[in-house]
Amino acid sequence: MEALIHYAPYTGWVYPNETVIEWSIAIVVYPYITGLVAGAFTVSSLYQVFGFQRLKPVAHLALLTSLCFMIFVPLPLLLHLGHPERAFENLLTPHWTSAMAMFGYFATFYIVLLMVETWFAFRPYVVEQAQKRKGVLGLAYRALTLGSYDVSEEALRLDRKWIFWLAIAGIPGAHGLHGYVGFVFGSLKSREWWSSDLMPVVFLFSAIISGVALLIVIYVVSCWLRRIEIDLACLKGLAYTVWGFIMVALVLEGLEFANLVYKGREGIEMILAYVHGPLLIPYFVLQFGIGAIFPLLLLSYMIWRGTTGKALVAGVTLSACLVLLSVFMMRWNVVIGGQEISKTGEGLLSYPLQFWGREGLLVGILLLLAPLATLFGATRFFPPWEDKAA
Amino acid sequence: MKREAIGALRARRGFLRGIGRAAAVTAAAAAAGTAGVMRKAAAKGAPGAAPASFPSADYDWTKHRWAFGVDATKCIGCLRCVEACKRENNVALDAHHFRTWVERYVYLEGEEKPRIDSQQDPVNIAASGSEREYRFADRYAGAKVDKAFFVPKLCNQCTNPPCVQVCPVGATYKCADGVVLIDHDYCIGCRYCVQACPYGARFFNEEDQVSDKCTWCYHRITKGLQPACVEVCPVGARIFGDRNDPQSPISLFIRNNRVEVLKPDTGNEPNVFYVGIDKAVR
Repeated sequence: MEALIHYAPYTGWVYPNETVIEWSIAIVVYPYITGLVAGAFTVSSLYQVFGFQRLKPVAHLALLTSLCFMIFVPLPLLLHLGHPERAFENLLTPHWTSAMAMFGYFATFYIVLLMVETWFAFRPYVVEQAQKRKGVLGLAYRALTLGSYDVSEEALRLDRKWIFWLAIAGIPGAHGLHGYVGFVFGSLKSREWWSSDLMPVVFLFSAIISGVALLIVIYVVSCWLRRIEIDLACLKGLAYTVWGFIMVALVLEGLEFANLVYKGREGIEMILAYVHGPLLIPYFVLQFGIGAIFPLLLLSYMIWRGTTGKALVAGVTLSACLVLLSVFMMRWNVVIGGQEISKTGEGLLSYPLQFWGREGLLVGILLLLAPLATLFGATRFFPPWEDKAA
Repeated sequence: MKREAIGALRARRGFLRGIGRAAAVTAAAAAAGTAGVMRKAAAKGAPGAAPASFPSADYDWTKHRWAFGVDATKCIGCLRCVEACKRENNVALDAHHFRTWVERYVYLEGEEKPRIDSQQDPVNIAASGSEREYRFADRYAGAKVDKAFFVPKLCNQCTNPPCVQVCPVGATYKCADGVVLIDHDYCIGCRYCVQACPYGARFFNEEDQVSDKCTWCYHRITKGLQPACVEVCPVGARIFGDRNDPQSPISLFIRNNRVEVLKPDTGNEPNVFYVGIDKAVR
């Protein structure tokens, strides 16, 4: 049997209590999933609100992806809490000075918004199935109509109006939810690695690129599974979106690091020793090099050369996978990295990642796969494909 | 059929309007609450309304202003304070959970930076033979030491405690007498407070799955006793008392010495006052 607590080995001088690293892989997965939600919702909004017609084939898929991932956002937090049964205290007796206090309200508001918007988006399909199907499935669809079977042009126009306004409300909702996650870290003055005014925007832009990248991968895989042709204009639209936002994300992350180094406050020597040592591969190679700069160059090259066909699909999908890796590494480097630099500014710790256990690697992987499995199931009941949905 | 459809449409519109109104009311309520939150968010407010007596009927927490002093020039690193604290407060007997600990700073001849260690150091654990016993290993026996001293550490019971600021449910709070406490029956165990404390004073109590830290032995001081660590210190390196009493040991300590606090730049305004520490002490 594994020991319950694993102490972090360290070098230099660290406070005795720091040798237990308290925020685990679960807290890495949490902002990662939240970011994917915000990013996927951005794609949906680009179509619904800003009228990006070429994104139409993935508009409903984006919405459904957002919802399926959002359902799992609270799970890593609940797994992490010492007393998950007291989680509702956060909603019932919030302590307003805490950056975390708003989480319950933000998350609830956003889940409800996503559910209502998804309901409107899939209503014509649900009504059609409710009238066509019998048995348990028919009953479920009939329940989902909420008694509204009207799919007249006037009713659908009203639906579209609601989708439009919900999408507008969802933009600050999704981005507020994620920007606030950045604030949870950025507002702490105890750790130099976290304490940055740029942290919320850094989180936000990395969220957007991760969500769009996720959608690229899901769209390409879904087309492959359904044996239909990929809409290259749509894929290009998604690639442009990643390309545009990745530049902003890179500039912001670069600025944040430059500020840290240039200000050179107390403890900077240890931070520099850390980024040159244990963080060299996770930070410079994976997060920046392979995960962000390489996809940016690849996408730029493809846009410049006007690449199309299979090469475009392969290039964009590869870039998307790398961006997903980069953003995961960014979350890891913030959450775990922050705790690996001692508050003394004189020592470094090393996170003892476990495989088993409530906050182990296995649970982390399952937490990332669960929304994908849910999405796979959800697409069976609510096909988000353009050729099937109303 | 058409009439039915229009009826359903009207009903749906009504329902949706209802949702819209509810959302508007919620938003208005949230906006009204924001002003209050903004005032509180700086976390520099006075403690909230509290009963006159806590934790016992004959203790009035509005009548005291507790503070702690550390005279590092006196500390001999015997670690009786650490042992006493562990037993008095039922702290896990290991080398990774401490309500109070002692740091050793040693400047060796020709070295610019001090060598610092404490109870979690594997060499010190080996010296005591167990994680349940605490000793400083005689590791610099053959070396030429320029300067060396010990620094006892504990919760600073800050005037502006960042741990209280970040607690999402208000399970940790500042008493009127200045001590920061944790309600173990209310703490959800998110450990945000552990992250927020710049002094590493907080830890996670694995047994109860809640955050934990030094309370200056609140159960003792509210009965007129001294904190356990102060009680057992053989050299008087730890000083405790009520700042409302100008003749208390702590008032005299602060008045008669040039005291300093740890990490003053954080704005936390700690209430543990140090004498005889070095620039390397954080």
